[in-house]
Amino acid sequence: MPVQYYLFLSLALFSIGVMGAMMRRNAIIVFMCIELMLNAVNLLLVAFSKMYNDSSAQIMVFFNMVVAAAEVAVGLAVIVMMYRKVHSVDINILNRLKH
Amino acid sequence: MSVYEILFWFLTVMALSCALGVILSRNPVNSVLFLIATFFAISGHYILMNAQFLAIVNIIVYAGAIMVLFLFVIMLMNLNADTEPQKNRLIQLAGVISGGALFLVVLAALRTSTVNVLEQTSTDIGLIKNLGKTLFTQFVLPFEISSVLFLSAMIGAVVIGKKEEGQTA
Repeated sequence: MPVQYYLFLSLALFSIGVMGAMMRRNAIIVFMCIELMLNAVNLLLVAFSKMYNDSSAQIMVFFNMVVAAAEVAVGLAVIVMMYRKVHSVDINILNRLKH
Repeated sequence: MSVYEILFWFLTVMALSCALGVILSRNPVNSVLFLIATFFAISGHYILMNAQFLAIVNIIVYAGAIMVLFLFVIMLMNLNADTEPQKNRLIQLAGVISGGALFLVVLAALRTSTVNVLEQTSTDIGLIKNLGKTLFTQFVLPFEISSVLFLSAMIGAVVIGKKEEGQTA
C-alpha cells in the first residue's frame, strides 16, 4: 500500500471531524468530532512510523492517547457542569462567558 | 487484489462511512455507536500495519473506556431523545463547504508528493516488547510526567464535577 492512501484516509477522517465540529450544536457531538480528529492524526503517525521503520512515532501515538483520556475526563466534567447550570448542552447558549 | 488490499479497502470504507454516520445521525447514542465502529476500523488499520500494541490499546482505551464515558454522560443527561435543536441550513452548509475546502486544499497540496510504498514484510517495531523497551529507556521521563498529568486531570474532573454549596440536583 502506498503511504499516500493512508495520508488521504486520515485527511478525509480529519475533514469529517472538522465538518462535524462546525455543523452540530450538541456539545458532546462536537467533543466526539475532536476525538475523531485526534484518531485521524494517530493513524497517520502509525503509517509514517511504518514507513520510516521508527518506533518513536508509535510512542507519540501512545502519549496522544494518554492526553486524550485526560482531556475527555476534564471535558466531560465541564459538560456535566454546564448541563447542571443551564439544563442544556447546546453550545449556542454558551456564546457569552457570563449571563 | 490480495487479501491485504481487500482488508485495507474494507476497513477504509467502514471508517469513512461510520465517521459520516457520527456527524449525520440525529440521535447522540447512535453517534457514539458509530464512533466506536470507527475506532474498531482504525484498530484494524493498526493491525494491518503490524502495530498490535496500539491496536489493543486503541480498543481498550478509546472504544472501551472513553466511549463508555461518553455514553454514560449521554444517558445521564437523558439526551437520547431527538430533541436537539439544529443549526439552520445556511450554517450547516457553510460548515460542510469549509470542511470540504480544507480537504481539497490539503489534497491538492499532497497529491503530487513522492510515493513511498509501505512494504508488507512484517516489521516488529509495533510489538509490545520493542515499544516497551523504547518507552522505558528513551521516553521514560515523558512517561513519568504523564502520570502527573493523569493525576491533575483526575483531581480537576472531581473538583469541576463537585456540587457547589446549596445547589440542588
